[in-house]
Amino acid sequence: MRALKSNSDDTDARLQDLTIPPGTAWAITAREQAINRVRAAGLPGRRDEYWKYTNPSTLCQGGVEKAAVFNPQEAAVFSEIDQLKIVFVDGVFDKAASDDLELEGIEIDLLSDVTQRDIHWAKNLYGVLEADGQVPVARSLAAYNTAYSQDGVVIRITGKAAKPVSLLYLHTSETSDAIIHHLIKVEDGAELTLLEDGPAAARLNMVLEVDVADNGIFRHIRTQGRDHERRALTHIFARLGTESVFKSFTMTVNGVLTRNEAVITLTGDNATASIAGAAIGDGDFHHDDTVFITHDAQNCNSRQVFKKVLSNGATGVFQGKILVKKDAQKTDGYQISQALLLHDNAQFLAKPELEIYADDVICSHGSTTGAIDEDALFYLRARGVPLDEAQDLLVLAFLAEAIDEVDDKDISAELTLRLQQWLQRHRG
Amino acid sequence: MQIGKQMLEIKNLHVKLEDEDKQILKGVDLTIEAGKVHAIMGPNGSGKSTLSYVLSGKGGYEVTQGSAHIDGLDLLSIDPEERAAAGLFLAFQYPVEIPGVGNMTFLRTAVNAQRKARGQAELTGAEFLKEVRAKAADLNIDAEMLKRPVNVGFSGGEKKRNEILQMAMLEPKMCILDETDSGLDVDAMKLVAKGVNALRSAGRSFLVITHYQRLLDHIKPDVVHIMANGRMVKTGGPELALEVETNGYSDILAEVA
Repeated sequence: MRALKSNSDDTDARLQDLTIPPGTAWAITAREQAINRVRAAGLPGRRDEYWKYTNPSTLCQGGVEKAAVFNPQEAAVFSEIDQLKIVFVDGVFDKAASDDLELEGIEIDLLSDVTQRDIHWAKNLYGVLEADGQVPVARSLAAYNTAYSQDGVVIRITGKAAKPVSLLYLHTSETSDAIIHHLIKVEDGAELTLLEDGPAAARLNMVLEVDVADNGIFRHIRTQGRDHERRALTHIFARLGTESVFKSFTMTVNGVLTRNEAVITLTGDNATASIAGAAIGDGDFHHDDTVFITHDAQNCNSRQVFKKVLSNGATGVFQGKILVKKDAQKTDGYQISQALLLHDNAQFLAKPELEIYADDVICSHGSTTGAIDEDALFYLRARGVPLDEAQDLLVLAFLAEAIDEVDDKDISAELTLRLQQWLQRHRG
Repeated sequence: MQIGKQMLEIKNLHVKLEDEDKQILKGVDLTIEAGKVHAIMGPNGSGKSTLSYVLSGKGGYEVTQGSAHIDGLDLLSIDPEERAAAGLFLAFQYPVEIPGVGNMTFLRTAVNAQRKARGQAELTGAEFLKEVRAKAADLNIDAEMLKRPVNVGFSGGEKKRNEILQMAMLEPKMCILDETDSGLDVDAMKLVAKGVNALRSAGRSFLVITHYQRLLDHIKPDVVHIMANGRMVKTGGPELALEVETNGYSDILAEVA
């Protein structure tokens, strides 16, 4: 076994050649503080318990592993939906391809602009939720993102956005290394749907900080792009106020390495959080969902619904935790993670955790791993459905519970259709 | 009597379990002409359900000898979906629940897969909907049941009616009903029998597998077979079913032993 890079010497060596992007005082301070967080915790290595099932070396190292650019020759997943489109190419904002950043009830800026201004609300949020999310588990690659992020969107919503904001990420360079950091502030009673689609880069490190004020609603639907060789590490840090709603769904097909972390804290009473994912993986695909939900207020609901379909040696990982603090009475926490293994050599590694200090709560968690139901397969075939098609139907049925977490039925239908098409094409 | 064409022809069929050295069928011979209804009765463990599974292509069995043809086509060399497209239909004794797959989606996928396999144009959404609604109404299947996932949360009667609905939609040539009466009350059984009788035609044959004569009061067979220990041991007219009902299997089994 080769030496693992997790000590602070390696971290110092890694950071030595990097310079933080230019900006005004508050931005420089925020970035320097983030560097301190990276140094304090060190970049992750295989010896870190939190990275036990996923090797972080290709996410941490200086050089980017080459990722062939994949041309899907199909419309972007959300292209049929009326939206405000913002395009990033290999992590760089593409003004020409994007819509005007104007929408009633909503202020949209670019991180690269606001970090040049002395006064902007973003100074009170940038890196703040990420820093809060460093305890009890260090997430130094997210702090690394805060320190070196290239760009991102900075959105403040004061009303109900007339249409979703859609972030489209294009990957055109085999060695692109994108560090994207978005800030979203949903004000009291405001409502936004954020869509994300595309592979973004050969290697993507993305942080999304979302602050949902009282009575705010934030919906997030993401598809991660079908590039086979891309690598992605994403973090969502969300803080939820009283009676607010946060819903995030991610669909992942392909990608040699994906780790999606979500760190959600319910700080106001009667808040609702849902985080869900559907993933299909083949071959050397490695997909990791790591979720940490903290209930820090009364009468809140949280749901985690993750489904993975794994074939030909693919690996799925789920680490999900619900922490219920002492005063978070009447918490209702639900967590389910399931894998469907289409071949014996695929594997699913799950670590569900509950840590509860309040005494009047309902929390349930379940994790299962199974093969396709042979009886159901035969039943479909006996009705004339060919084997491949029957298997696809059962795969989609398995994923349906996660896709059902998406409220907008047009969007969930589109997601199901894409999955169906990809499954069909996949089998050639 | 005019000899019709042979819809199902089984000759000397021997079948064992794939994973263990256990012979289940030990030389089954059975010929069903087009348009005829045959019934198989027999005690538990005689091989009735195995016969229906082997004909429809379920895994776990090994044919060691003999043959089975549908309308002249060798059944045993083709996949389950090809058998279905060739016109074979098995109404399951225990219809499988498939969470996440809507009953309507399932029906439409099946109908169109078979049409495609036979080189026919697929039904459009509107055509399909019209047909399925009419046929569902005949079986007292409401719209709600069509929307639910396949067989999930269905009562025993609803599951069996759903089987008959599939049969009506797929319009097979050779229908095998495996203990379709099991778990049904009299009213449900009558409804199912009515659905089956409505599908009887000169070009369609039935093989009705049952323990009890009472189903045969409602679906009147042309020929009744008694199956025991992996073979057909006696064949007769509808009166044979009545004999079983009155005297049980022991007399017949003693007679042929």
